[in-house]
Amino acid sequence: MNETKDLKFYLKLFSSTFTLSAFTFGGGYVIIPLMRKKFVEQYGWIEEEEMLDLTAIAQSSPGAMAVNAAILIGYRLAGVPGALLTVLATVLPPLITLTVISCFYTAFRDSRAVSAVMKGMQAGVAAVIADVVVTMTQAVARERSVMGWLILFGAFFASTLLDVNIVLIIFCCGVLGAARTLWQRRRKGRA
Amino acid sequence: MMLYLQLCWSFFQIGLFGIGGGYAALPLIRHQVVELHGWLTMGEFVDVITISQMTPGPIAINAATFVGTRICGLPGAIVATIGCVTPSIIIVLTLAYFYYKYRNLNLIQGVLSGLRPGVVALIASAGLSIILLAFWKDGVFSLLPSDIDFWAVGLFAACLLMLRLRKPNPIYVMLGAGTVGGLIYYFLT
Repeated sequence: MNETKDLKFYLKLFSSTFTLSAFTFGGGYVIIPLMRKKFVEQYGWIEEEEMLDLTAIAQSSPGAMAVNAAILIGYRLAGVPGALLTVLATVLPPLITLTVISCFYTAFRDSRAVSAVMKGMQAGVAAVIADVVVTMTQAVARERSVMGWLILFGAFFASTLLDVNIVLIIFCCGVLGAARTLWQRRRKGRA
Repeated sequence: MMLYLQLCWSFFQIGLFGIGGGYAALPLIRHQVVELHGWLTMGEFVDVITISQMTPGPIAINAATFVGTRICGLPGAIVATIGCVTPSIIIVLTLAYFYYKYRNLNLIQGVLSGLRPGVVALIASAGLSIILLAFWKDGVFSLLPSDIDFWAVGLFAACLLMLRLRKPNPIYVMLGAGTVGGLIYYFLT
């Protein structure tokens, strides 16, 4: 990171995390693609592979994935103060929204207009995730590794059809990756 | 004061043991909030889930805010939220420290190279479940045309096309889908 960490940088970090959190409907897997678009593609602050590593860490740690991912990005860009800043920015939008809504929540829950907009947004969210999945799969394809494809399809199958626990899936992917490295090292040692 | 401590401690436990995110935390929240302390009735708890699906933010944070507000107003919401994120801050920062210290080791490189395609698969799988929810009435796959929401399919295709070709800010795409879809669903269905 060559960027000077002045007030402007912290403001940019805070405001981008805040907006991402404010518009992230539907849980952690929606915010990851959005964070990737913002911090990898748009700002170029974080590398593509690093973002995937951070996602794996966020997913296998306890707590809300959006909060975990925000902590990691804040820490990566500006250390512990950065992490505290991004946590604050992630937590504030739901805190504000829910405080307001809890005052008149029955009206909100039963509103036909609100649910119509939410239904429309759902299709948009699905498209955003699909777009990111296409881009990320292209990155896996570029590595031309059979193991990568096996893990990709195996993990997808396990999580979609078999409903295997996500932490277990991540653990197995890590073990497979480590096993491949050990195997390659042994083969190299013999040659 | 006692109540604030109880709130903070309850949500600390929810934050600590809710591994896997999102719905994995639901049974924990129910146990703490409904069964153990009786802060919410079961009906109110279901409302929190419904509202969480309609508003931004992680479900545990939403629940913390909702419960906190109901019991001791805004200070309660803040205390519960702090309790909820503290375990994440400690654990994730520790992991991040080790990640940046050791990620150049050969073996860790291997582990990470296995994790990356796995993460892509998990995101794809989450995307698929949102597509199911958006396209089919009860989120259950079916080939009957009457079960398929063609407005949602059209909206999805339009958004995806735009994202692939023009690379706009995804937030605008979601807001656009909300506006267009909102008008369609409110007036036409």
